[in-house]
Amino acid sequence: MSALLRFDKVALRRGGRLLFEDLDLAVGPGEALQVSGPNGSGKSSLLRLAAGLLGAEHGQVERADAALADDHVALDRELPLERALRFWARDPGAAMNALGIAGLAKVPVRLLSSGQLKRATLARVAASPAPLWLLDEPLNALDAEGAERLSKAIAAHCQAGGAVVAASHQRLPGDWRQLELDA
Amino acid sequence: MIGALVAREVRRGSTGITWLPAAFFVLVVALMPFAVGPDAKLLGRIGSGVLWVAALTAALLPVERLIEPDRADGVLDQLALHGVADESIAFAKILAHWLTFGPLLLVAAAFGAALLSMDGRTLLATEIALLIGTPGLAALAVTIAAVTSGLPRAGSLAALLLLPLAVPLLIFGAANAWLLEGAVALFLTAGAPFVAGAAIRASRT
Repeated sequence: MSALLRFDKVALRRGGRLLFEDLDLAVGPGEALQVSGPNGSGKSSLLRLAAGLLGAEHGQVERADAALADDHVALDRELPLERALRFWARDPGAAMNALGIAGLAKVPVRLLSSGQLKRATLARVAASPAPLWLLDEPLNALDAEGAERLSKAIAAHCQAGGAVVAASHQRLPGDWRQLELDA
Repeated sequence: MIGALVAREVRRGSTGITWLPAAFFVLVVALMPFAVGPDAKLLGRIGSGVLWVAALTAALLPVERLIEPDRADGVLDQLALHGVADESIAFAKILAHWLTFGPLLLVAAAFGAALLSMDGRTLLATEIALLIGTPGLAALAVTIAAVTSGLPRAGSLAALLLLPLAVPLLIFGAANAWLLEGAVALFLTAGAPFVAGAAIRASRT
């Protein structure tokens, strides 16, 4: 099967600084790739590039439909959590269960803690039909139980033929192919 | 997705804050008799111009909440990931902004006209002119909101950018030159989604 995300000799420049160049990358169905590297090495930028939110300086980026979870929650704060998620996904119920926030369905988003917001952000991705998940520092603010639920959700997604690219400076639980970016 | 976006914008625009521009509009109009004196004939003569100036200043109030919160919270990014073109986002925001801003302003104008002792015919003409002009004002507000989003002190900058661009609307609207005013409003409404869409794209870093 063809790759869900493919970089072909990609170079990315941010603020006049060349973050990386000649980067080749292919992530196929069922694969999980962790992008690691020190602060400022371009992990988040790589994800935004993969999401199509940034343009490459050189090279080609091809991707399937993607869903992105970064530190922006993108849920309407005045709405109850379930209604806020429903704006992005028709049926967020299963994803809310998977991330352990089904009990918060009626709680307004603005009252959630940062860990709960992180789970909600991940549930927004898990509820989307996109085959490619892009996760930026997915473990930030998550407790041990949340991290375990996340790795189960990722495993299930890969099992179902999806792919995950996660950027993190710490080691993610589970089986990940590694890509190291230099500073 | 566009329909859902318009519905969301209308919902977010029609909480308590909807009344703010309309209340501000009436307040500006109410200042006029204090400033020029309670001469009913004079007030009636300058009435439609006063309503227009008040409408322009009221159009400035919502600018900061139109685009910036969604940019800062990643909503614009997520919409792009869902395949919504930036121009469509801008169009949906213009439409929803007019729905929560235009009709209320027309109601407020009737109150304002009473404060200025305008006669019925002048009021009717001004209401028609506002009906033609407010879509252009809404388009301008969303465009300026997109251009200034992410900048420090965007509110003051937005006023400096928006008011001069609204001058053609003001001239033709206050003169009841409806066809010319309609042409300007059409130009603004048709062009705004593209300018605002480009600004949204450029603000993505």
